[in-house]
Amino acid sequence: MIKRELIIIGGGPAGLSAAKMAAEANLDVLLIDRSPALGGQLIKQTHKFFGSKKQNAKMRGIDIAKKLINDVKDYKNLEIISNATVVGLYPDKVLTVFYDGKYIRYQADAVIVATGASEKFLAFENNDLPGIYGAGAIQTLMNVYGVLPGKDVLMVGSGNIGLIVTYQLLQAGVNVKAIVEAAPNIGGYKVHASKVRRLGVPIMTSTTIKRAIGDESLEAVELISLDSKWQEIEGTNQIIDVDTLCISVGLSPMHQILSMVNAKMKFVPELGGVVAVVDDINQTSVESIFVCGDALGIEEASSAMMEGYLTGLNVAKYLGKPHPNSEELIHNYHHELDLLRNGPFGQKTLIGMKKLKEASHA
Amino acid sequence: MRIEQHPILNFEKKKEISFIFEGKQVIGYEGDTIASALHALGVKTLSYSIKDKRPRGFYCAIGNCASCHMIVNGVPNVRTCITPLTEGIKVERQHNKGVIK
Repeated sequence: MIKRELIIIGGGPAGLSAAKMAAEANLDVLLIDRSPALGGQLIKQTHKFFGSKKQNAKMRGIDIAKKLINDVKDYKNLEIISNATVVGLYPDKVLTVFYDGKYIRYQADAVIVATGASEKFLAFENNDLPGIYGAGAIQTLMNVYGVLPGKDVLMVGSGNIGLIVTYQLLQAGVNVKAIVEAAPNIGGYKVHASKVRRLGVPIMTSTTIKRAIGDESLEAVELISLDSKWQEIEGTNQIIDVDTLCISVGLSPMHQILSMVNAKMKFVPELGGVVAVVDDINQTSVESIFVCGDALGIEEASSAMMEGYLTGLNVAKYLGKPHPNSEELIHNYHHELDLLRNGPFGQKTLIGMKKLKEASHA
Repeated sequence: MRIEQHPILNFEKKKEISFIFEGKQVIGYEGDTIASALHALGVKTLSYSIKDKRPRGFYCAIGNCASCHMIVNGVPNVRTCITPLTEGIKVERQHNKGVIK
């Protein structure tokens, strides 16, 4: 059994930010990431971020990832392993890790779970046909590996991810036939919607996908209009020939590893699904196991970074090795996080977090 | 198909990596995962469902959904979307739950 003071699961914006603070606090840290490359989902985000300068606004996601990776590369007390999957977590902070064809056991004084999120799916006939992908998968395929997903795409969902990925498909030279949205209104920012409309992509609201058509892979989709009560309107069916369907209907926190240690969990729709109940320093009901980033509620990468910094600082303090500027930094990052959550999209997170805090005191 | 020109990203041709897919020698590139290399070759079906033998491709491409499982060098249930492509590996479509030898 290999021992570490702190083990962080996940090398995305939250995990890397937590690692930086913990490393600066001189903790003996191990960060475990299952992907070939660090940076989480930032490595496929070619768009520029909003927010303040401190939150890396105006930088592209791919460049923020480089910065976060660069920030953690020179600490002797921080070990990072990629292509490694945590397959077991136990209440005594023992982890089993599948790495390089072997199972390795670790034990830590504290664990930070920064596993991020997974893409939601949609129920319709033939939804398992090859050619039907999550919007994030399409981004990964194009922007990380330089591979085109197909020739003609239909996007399902007009939230910010659906709109941004539509734009990125156009940038890569792929034809996007339309965006369909079951709700009567476009979900994402107007600025993104206008951009794709100007480029000729229609956004069909109150429309949903009824079924996918194809034998070995997707050949066409059948759409249908919805009324104000979300019921299908008979006779409004239309078939569109596409070889790729891109599903962008939101994300769910990756909570599974916390359920494994029997942490107290709660379904909070405002946070995207099932999340761990945490106290003021993001500690779960299992002593010394912490969580931060999208695993604790779906937000932007900017918020995940601020939460990561805060959780790294708080865990260092919890373990009795506070960061030299602990109090000042905690104050500052709290302030940044408050600013980020002040907008209309942040309200949802605040309501969700209030529910979590109430559950933690219950 | 691969992206050749992009307004933001730069995809230079990298070193070729040859591997075996369903008994045939094919080519991918350094930096690919098994799934990205196959997709670039036009291969979307990575496995068949256990009961009804329906074709399956990847869904999430980041190791979450288990829809990209294939047999790699005889080992079943390999998440090909996050497994780096390496020279000479043998990749096969999976038709069952996978057998541990």
